[in-house]
Amino acid sequence: MVDTSGSHSNPLAQSQGMTRRQVWGIAVLVIAAVLIWMVFAQWPDWLNSILISKKAFLSAILNGLTLAGLYFLVASGFTLVFGLMRNVNLAHGSLYLLGAYIGYEFAEWTGYWLIGVAAGFIILAVVGLVMQILVFRRLEGDDLRQTLVTIGISVVAADLMLAYWGGTTYQILTPGWLSGAIKLPVVTAVRSNGTEVFLVYPFYRLVVLLSAIVIGIGLWLLINRTRIGSMIRAGVDDRDMLSASGVNVHFVFAIVFALGAGLAGLAGVVGGSALSVAPGEDVRYLLASLVVVIVGGMGSITGAAIGALIIGLAEQIGLVYFPTYGVVLTFVIMVVTLAIRPHGIMGRSM
Amino acid sequence: MTDLTLNPTRNRLQSQNWIEKAGIGHILLALFLLIYPAMASDFFLTQIGGYSLVLGMIALSLMLLAGYGGMVSLAQITVAGAAGYVVAIFGENNSGVYGFGWPWWIYGPLAIMIASMMSALIGWIAVRTEGIYTIMITLAVATACFYFAQQNYALFNGFPGYNGLRAPEFFGVYWRDPVPFYYLCLANAVVAYVAVLYGARSTFGLTLQAIRDNQRRMRAIGFNVTAHKVFAWWLAGLIAGAAGILLVWFNGRISPGTIAVGPSINILVIAIIGGLRHPIGPFLGAVIVVLMQTFAIDLVGAERFNTLIGLVFLVIVFISPDGILGLWERFKPQEGRDNWRSFKKAANKSENQGRNA
Repeated sequence: MVDTSGSHSNPLAQSQGMTRRQVWGIAVLVIAAVLIWMVFAQWPDWLNSILISKKAFLSAILNGLTLAGLYFLVASGFTLVFGLMRNVNLAHGSLYLLGAYIGYEFAEWTGYWLIGVAAGFIILAVVGLVMQILVFRRLEGDDLRQTLVTIGISVVAADLMLAYWGGTTYQILTPGWLSGAIKLPVVTAVRSNGTEVFLVYPFYRLVVLLSAIVIGIGLWLLINRTRIGSMIRAGVDDRDMLSASGVNVHFVFAIVFALGAGLAGLAGVVGGSALSVAPGEDVRYLLASLVVVIVGGMGSITGAAIGALIIGLAEQIGLVYFPTYGVVLTFVIMVVTLAIRPHGIMGRSM
Repeated sequence: MTDLTLNPTRNRLQSQNWIEKAGIGHILLALFLLIYPAMASDFFLTQIGGYSLVLGMIALSLMLLAGYGGMVSLAQITVAGAAGYVVAIFGENNSGVYGFGWPWWIYGPLAIMIASMMSALIGWIAVRTEGIYTIMITLAVATACFYFAQQNYALFNGFPGYNGLRAPEFFGVYWRDPVPFYYLCLANAVVAYVAVLYGARSTFGLTLQAIRDNQRRMRAIGFNVTAHKVFAWWLAGLIAGAAGILLVWFNGRISPGTIAVGPSINILVIAIIGGLRHPIGPFLGAVIVVLMQTFAIDLVGAERFNTLIGLVFLVIVFISPDGILGLWERFKPQEGRDNWRSFKKAANKSENQGRNA
């Protein structure tokens, strides 16, 4: 915590030419320059031979970013709920899957995809509210039992969803204005006759990424710029003092839980449109949110964004370059993070 | 006054015979378990008896970590599965991948060793954080291992896993036959149970419980908290590893489905339903869950078993955090009646108190 602003805490460092912050700045600039070069330049043969092809590499990066957006949507709710209530909601994956199914039903019923998205958010927010009021308020202050209850809920929920929707895979259809592919202004190869081949990418995935960024910024503003946000932050730091200063903590809890569950439901619809909806997805996204918040740090929106970025990219790059060991890469990242910073990159000790 | 209270205790400890030491409850239980094969059919012997003991052992390794160490792990089935995969790879299988055909007395200890090392490794990762984080990290580890085993064909043979694993034959007995398998499981379970029961009263066991209660204070006194916790994980890995071998002999196969998230939660459910206070809890929970698994088909149909077990689990968590054992503690008329010696001790204590007053 102290040494993040190296130049101030260590005056000796200035006499050695460069401060720690300057070194980091230069490193970031160099990496950014290399990345920009890799995106826009035409690749020499040796680079192609290492990274298969420019198209494969850039697709992996873009897929990674999209997936990171999705992971961020799922994990931000998880991390908010944990930060405030110390409640590890292991039913979060079930909320994601339920949101996806509900989005599917509403989109089929009304024919409007956006209504499906809204329904996923609103209904899951209500479900989250009910869970908070009926279950977690009764077990307040008992972390372990709360977590055990969420495990029980996830078991029951997974089974009931299987009973109702069956084992088939659903695909939420995106509307016409979102589907199709667009050409990105990036040249992946030059044909022998001199025509340039541009990178083509599904438009919808870019929309997912964009909406994740928008929602992320919105959350950041909500947390850092509004009154309810300041209550949430105060609650993360010291729940008892917040309650003692006259704030209705249960109200704040209910809002945060509804928001977290709603985001999971929204992510379910958005993710179910990009990928697919099937039993077992709940575990996949629960694992994703767990790893994202372990890496990024519990209770921090910025941490969730950083963690999602790292995990999403690692997963997709791993998928392309070492297919059967992709999970190991995720795992190694988690272990290394825990070894260096036990509370995650942006986490603080509680 | 100290003489008055100390001397009788010491004398009584010395004069105790082995029946009093073991406790009347244990002896009755042991007798029942020993003659159980005489009255049970093959189905009840293997599918209920043997299977409960195996699951109970895996849950016991969780109870050891959670009850004495305060570390609730969801990766115990992963550790057991690691032992299972070692058996499949170094023993014999008919999946056509690996299967070196080593004898059981080499691959058995090897499997337990590798499982315990893996458990220690998971523990070493998990103890870097504390409290509720442990559950998350072990769940993440378990899920990652599941996906890895499913995707990796080079080592784990991917989705199908390994089939055709046979229990060994030695001393002229095929150890997967109902009666030998039951006694094999029983012997292992008893060893693990007694080890945990007595280990909990050893210096290490008491230190571990003290660390659970106040980690910071123990660190200040000068104990190496991390080393104690990791060692507890290693011990839990021994039990889970042994159970893992029995599990693959029981199933005859190992696949990623064995170590999926469902089974790993199942182990936690067993331990919680039974209770984390005493090593008998996990076995109790295992019997209940296995019986439910078997007979729920008549009740709710085979399809909705998970709903039933999930609801039972929720009810238990809500009404009795210490599981069935906690219910028993709550409803028995007076303290210390579950075991003959503590009953006598309680009687003795009240007598002493009367005398001193």
